[in-house]
Amino acid sequence: MRILLVDDEAEFVSTLAERLTMRGYQADYSITAGNALDLAAKHLYDVAVLDMKMPGTSGLELQARLAEKHPAMRFIFLTGHGSEDDYSAGSRQAAHYLVKPVDINTLIAKINQTVFANDR
Amino acid sequence: MSFLTQFRPQFWKAGESSSGPFRQMFNYRSIWQKAILLVSMATLLPLLIITAVDYNYTEKSIESENILRTLRNGSNIRRTISAFLQERRSALTFIAKDNNPEQLYKAVHLQGVLNNLQESFSGFVDLGVINQEGKQVSYVGPYSLEGKDYSNQEWFREMERQNFAISDVFLGYRNSPHFVVEAKQSLADGSFLVLRSAIDIVELQDLLHGLELSGRADAFLINRQGIIQTPTLYHGDVFARLPYKVPPFSDRTEIREELNQDGEKVFVCSAYIPLSPYILVIVKDKGELMKPWRDTRIGLIWFLVVSVTVILLVVFGFTTYMVNSMYLLDQRRLATLHKMEYSNKLASIGRLAAGVAHEVNNPLAIINEKAGLIKDIFTYSKPLQALGQEGQNLDATITRQLDSILSSVERCGKITKRLLNFARHMDSTIETIDLTAIVREVLSFLHKEAEYRNITVNVDIASDIPPFKSDRGKLQQIFLNIINNAFAAMDKGGRLDIHVKTLGAAGVSATITDNGCGIAEADIGKIFEPFFSTKTKQGGTGLGLSITYGLLLELGGKVNVSSKVGEGTSFIITLPLEPPATTTEK
Repeated sequence: MRILLVDDEAEFVSTLAERLTMRGYQADYSITAGNALDLAAKHLYDVAVLDMKMPGTSGLELQARLAEKHPAMRFIFLTGHGSEDDYSAGSRQAAHYLVKPVDINTLIAKINQTVFANDR
Repeated sequence: MSFLTQFRPQFWKAGESSSGPFRQMFNYRSIWQKAILLVSMATLLPLLIITAVDYNYTEKSIESENILRTLRNGSNIRRTISAFLQERRSALTFIAKDNNPEQLYKAVHLQGVLNNLQESFSGFVDLGVINQEGKQVSYVGPYSLEGKDYSNQEWFREMERQNFAISDVFLGYRNSPHFVVEAKQSLADGSFLVLRSAIDIVELQDLLHGLELSGRADAFLINRQGIIQTPTLYHGDVFARLPYKVPPFSDRTEIREELNQDGEKVFVCSAYIPLSPYILVIVKDKGELMKPWRDTRIGLIWFLVVSVTVILLVVFGFTTYMVNSMYLLDQRRLATLHKMEYSNKLASIGRLAAGVAHEVNNPLAIINEKAGLIKDIFTYSKPLQALGQEGQNLDATITRQLDSILSSVERCGKITKRLLNFARHMDSTIETIDLTAIVREVLSFLHKEAEYRNITVNVDIASDIPPFKSDRGKLQQIFLNIINNAFAAMDKGGRLDIHVKTLGAAGVSATITDNGCGIAEADIGKIFEPFFSTKTKQGGTGLGLSITYGLLLELGGKVNVSSKVGEGTSFIITLPLEPPATTTEK
């Protein structure tokens, strides 16, 4: 399973990618939306974990652009902010909406759920 | 007193309970008093003045009307009596001139004259002829007065100087009240004779009493010494003395006011009757004359009393209503200001909390991942296994520390999530509510305080609570306010019970019971009023419960309170399954 992680917090996203890799997932990460789009063009990702609030392009915009190019891709939003608007928008566009900090096992469970739904 | 307090308007005590920055805009009591005074004066003064003027004017005009009527009466009677006397005098003069003395001295002839006289004029009783020496030469009539000598009587001596005379009323030889009329006739030889005739006062009496006079009127004649000459109704018999002063001479009819024997006011109308010793007197009872005025007056006073009462009632009622409305509006204005301030404050607290939570969440996530990575490394690569037993121990120690870090991060995460949750529900939205979650969430804010103060919190939520729609943020505030109040009422070791049950279609009911200090019975009705606080000194604004009440109303809910001083307080909140339509307009 190939996972794309996008977050402007490099320390967070790199560590998370490393931990997922240790658990046997193919995880790539990007700290900008542009880089994320490049990565998505090169590889086929089953699921993308996106930050809602990023400088420049917001998580929602990025999600729209990725979904346009890769209709099969599933999304999970991960954010430090829990505003009502973000929540309703995020849960409409993505399978899950999680608030940081999140336990890695919870994240993996959600990823599996999403991918499982995708396979079905 | 308690009866009066029932009617006391709400603003009456306003001045006493308001203090601090949110004072009333006006002193309502003084406004009320001034308004009542001014409006009453403005309405009552003209009424009183007009009534007083009208009262006096009417009294004066009725009085002057009576005076005029009496004067008119008096002058008419004077003319009548004067004409009566004039007639009698002229008759005698005519007889004296028409008959020569020889004829007059003869009793037979004189009798014929008297008969003619009596047929033509009423009142002549007899007829006598007196010569210059004062001797009654001849006489015809019911008495035998022939030969009577009048020479030394005063009236006879007066006759030497004048042609006519009318005497005062006297009894005389006849012993019945009468007066005499005399006419002098000068003779060719230079001497004179006097024709003398007695006239019964019955004639005058008939004239006087035949009048129809109002006001217990008494009309009679007096002579110039004030001796009554004709019978009276109320002033004694003939020859009695007039109880009033004899009016001074005047050739016109006069009227004046006097007091009678009983001290009552009377009008005394008087007129000198020309060529006679008589004065006409008409006495009228003023009270009797003014009787119609008295009736009018009573009507007038009643009208005034009723008007004043009605005006005062209207002024009182209307002013009270207006001032109370002002007061209530002012109160509402203050409450709205407060509520705005309160919700602004809450909103900014919410934004702040959300900002802090967001900023903290990112570094927390990094800590979480870093610690997680270290733990992963130890779990998956086990780098210390090579060190043998010591390494294993070290590995276990490090893993334990990492677990501790991770659990702390989780705790922090829970706190920030709660803050975010709180902020998220600041905006008013209607959603399906899980009451259990809300109660738990509110208690989670307070459980530290409960621990410190050793307060036991029992939550008993029935399992059959139906999901219902309401505003999560408002419900949080409602529960937070009431539970906060309960905490404030309790000492160490208190006990708080929260009991939630379903009411079926009627909604959901939550009972929050504490065993704190309770609320005085007199205060229970007021606790939801804005600015009512028993803790103003400790910084209470008196708004918490009023805002709670306002929020509950917005959600279509109700609240009941029962309390006993020293035993505790129960708040029973009832929430409908669907909020009223107006709250969803946002």
